[in-house]
Amino acid sequence: MSDPRDELVEHLGPMRAFAMSLTRNSALADDMVQDALVKAWTNIDKFEPGTNMRAWLFTILRNTYYSHHRKARREVSDTDGELAASLAKKPDHDGRLQMRDFHTAFEKLPDEQREALVLVGAGGFSYEEAAETCGVAVGTIKSRVNRARARLVELMHLDEDQVLETTDAVTAGIVSANKSVA
Amino acid sequence: MTRAKRTSSVDTTIDENLKRAFDDVASEPLPSRFTDLLEQLKTEGAPKGSDQESDNNS
Repeated sequence: MSDPRDELVEHLGPMRAFAMSLTRNSALADDMVQDALVKAWTNIDKFEPGTNMRAWLFTILRNTYYSHHRKARREVSDTDGELAASLAKKPDHDGRLQMRDFHTAFEKLPDEQREALVLVGAGGFSYEEAAETCGVAVGTIKSRVNRARARLVELMHLDEDQVLETTDAVTAGIVSANKSVA
Repeated sequence: MTRAKRTSSVDTTIDENLKRAFDDVASEPLPSRFTDLLEQLKTEGAPKGSDQESDNNS
């Protein structure tokens, strides 16, 4: 039987992305991942083999965040998160949402809505996995994701016409990116 | 159709943008502090002063 600790390394990238979305500060995010990694390593006997390791790790990560790093984030006025940077640096015309607007809107979401949206919308978590990770009911996660999306739409003044344009441009962008690589 | 109604294409666009940003960070090369830490955990166990207070300081 293999040691589940050998699998931890595979989840560190997504853990950093999740941490970044919670803190929006790269230094804090990595401190948080480091703490979570040590906790996971020391408590590996609490992990049930065959269950979802990523969900288990994200649970540890968010407990770490809510137990002390959230306080630290409030003391750091500058949110220089790489996720934010990654959102902000893209030019507006290359087929993505207006990135500055998206970033600004994303920042304004309450913690619990942001994490629900990140888990389900970006992290590939099912509603059930996200509910387990956040320790709430499935219905609560659905409603948080729903409210997060509604708020983003409202904050960015998105309407369907804009989105259709954007979607076309996204497709065009991806196609041309592929061509330039080939 | 009311103007305020969200459509699934709006949701998809939001998710796609979010996913792109998430994947950008997730696929970055791992900073050495993490690979070093994993090595250290493998050879020495958990660092002192974390959860377990007084391990033998050999």
